[in-house]
Amino acid sequence: MTDSSVGQISTWRAFTGTLKRDLLLVFRRRSDIVNPLLFFSIAVTLFPLGISPEPEFLSNIAAGVLWVCALLATLLSLDSLFQQDMADGSLEQLVISPHPLFILVLSKVLVHWLVTGLPLTLLAPLLAVMMFLPDEGFGTLFITLLLGTPTLSLIGAIGAALTVGLRKTGVLLTLLILPLYIPILIFGTGAVMATSNGMAVGGHLAILGAMFLIALVMAPLAAGAALKISLNG
Amino acid sequence: MMFETFRTWFHRMGSPKWFYDITGRWIPWFGGIAALCLLVGTVWGLFFAPQDYQQGNSFRIIYIHVPAAILAQSIFFTMAIAGGIGLIWKMKVADMVAKSCAPIGATMTFIALFTGAVWGKPTWGAWWVWDARLTSMLILLFLYFGVIALQSAFDSKQSAARASAILSLVGVVNIPIIKYSVEWWNTLHQPATFTLTEKPAMPMEMWMPLLVMVIGFYCFFATVLMMRTRNEILEREKRTQWVQGLLSSQ
Repeated sequence: MTDSSVGQISTWRAFTGTLKRDLLLVFRRRSDIVNPLLFFSIAVTLFPLGISPEPEFLSNIAAGVLWVCALLATLLSLDSLFQQDMADGSLEQLVISPHPLFILVLSKVLVHWLVTGLPLTLLAPLLAVMMFLPDEGFGTLFITLLLGTPTLSLIGAIGAALTVGLRKTGVLLTLLILPLYIPILIFGTGAVMATSNGMAVGGHLAILGAMFLIALVMAPLAAGAALKISLNG
Repeated sequence: MMFETFRTWFHRMGSPKWFYDITGRWIPWFGGIAALCLLVGTVWGLFFAPQDYQQGNSFRIIYIHVPAAILAQSIFFTMAIAGGIGLIWKMKVADMVAKSCAPIGATMTFIALFTGAVWGKPTWGAWWVWDARLTSMLILLFLYFGVIALQSAFDSKQSAARASAILSLVGVVNIPIIKYSVEWWNTLHQPATFTLTEKPAMPMEMWMPLLVMVIGFYCFFATVLMMRTRNEILEREKRTQWVQGLLSSQ
């Protein structure tokens, strides 16, 4: 690898190039956007049916149910993060490209968030109405999901990268990733509960933001290292 | 000078044969100390330590519960450090040590949870409460299961070792975050009904056998870890000359 080949396109161009390519691929395969949203809606619907449809009861569990379902929807969508690229060989091209791998991983994670985390966040208030979330909670729910879902995508990328070369990934991915999601769940629902009880939420949001920043710095590196291992194995 | 000695030692540790030989000589010592400490600690704790003024005799399970819980966490750190060494210096022995840690750690975590439940029933009146410590132990058990599952999912031993090393390093970063978030969650949702965090200052006669038990557990862990790693070495190096020689000489 000579210096001139690095100079041909800048790392920024490589980042935006991957971004554009992945977004285009997703828009050609729209089910990847719709399926997690459908799962989210259906899973939320099960709770009133399975537990109790009473408004007072539902408003107590609304924040938790919405967060848990958003988390599971993200988890189910993680397969699509690297699987397709692994199958058609473009993942290898990303790994051997002269650009830092974590930058390219970051661009893929950004696409994943744009097509799952962001739509989930936008859909959540609608489902929150059906779950009788107290009025004060809506703003907080929206902000926590906006801060929390990128972290879910970032951490999930590590698990997806570790399992991309394996045949059966579903349950294994769940086992690897869900324990790591627990802190985000705790502070996400904690913030919404606190608002509903009229308490301050600044602390919760600050911690969610801190977790996002840690994940932003470390997760792409770990996922990049994991991708290299998966391609060798 | 010190550094040079350490470096030679570190490099030697990386050779499976050297590791096999040296640990073969260490195992009787560690095993002996472990057996002695566990025997003395158990007899001392169960028969001679004074009764708890509130819990009576049921508190005596502490002599198993607390050492197991301490070990459960230190084994995860050991596993991550060994995994990190294997990842950075590509040292096969470190990979094998990390692999051997996982089942021992999971067992210790399970023992801590199980004895906790047995202790909880007479003390709290329930097998399980969503106390912060119990919950973070349960999550630790899931993390161990994740590492073990990932290890067995790969065909290549090298990839399995590296992948699980990354996962255990990610886990180590997360353990404090999980621990503190669970603690905060607990105080947020319900007043701390039962807390193990603030232990009443333990009298010396109760504390000494506990210390002996903790030392015993650590030595037991070291013994089992060395034995498992030696097995792993024999299996992976079975085609090398020295293992063949070892087998034919016996």
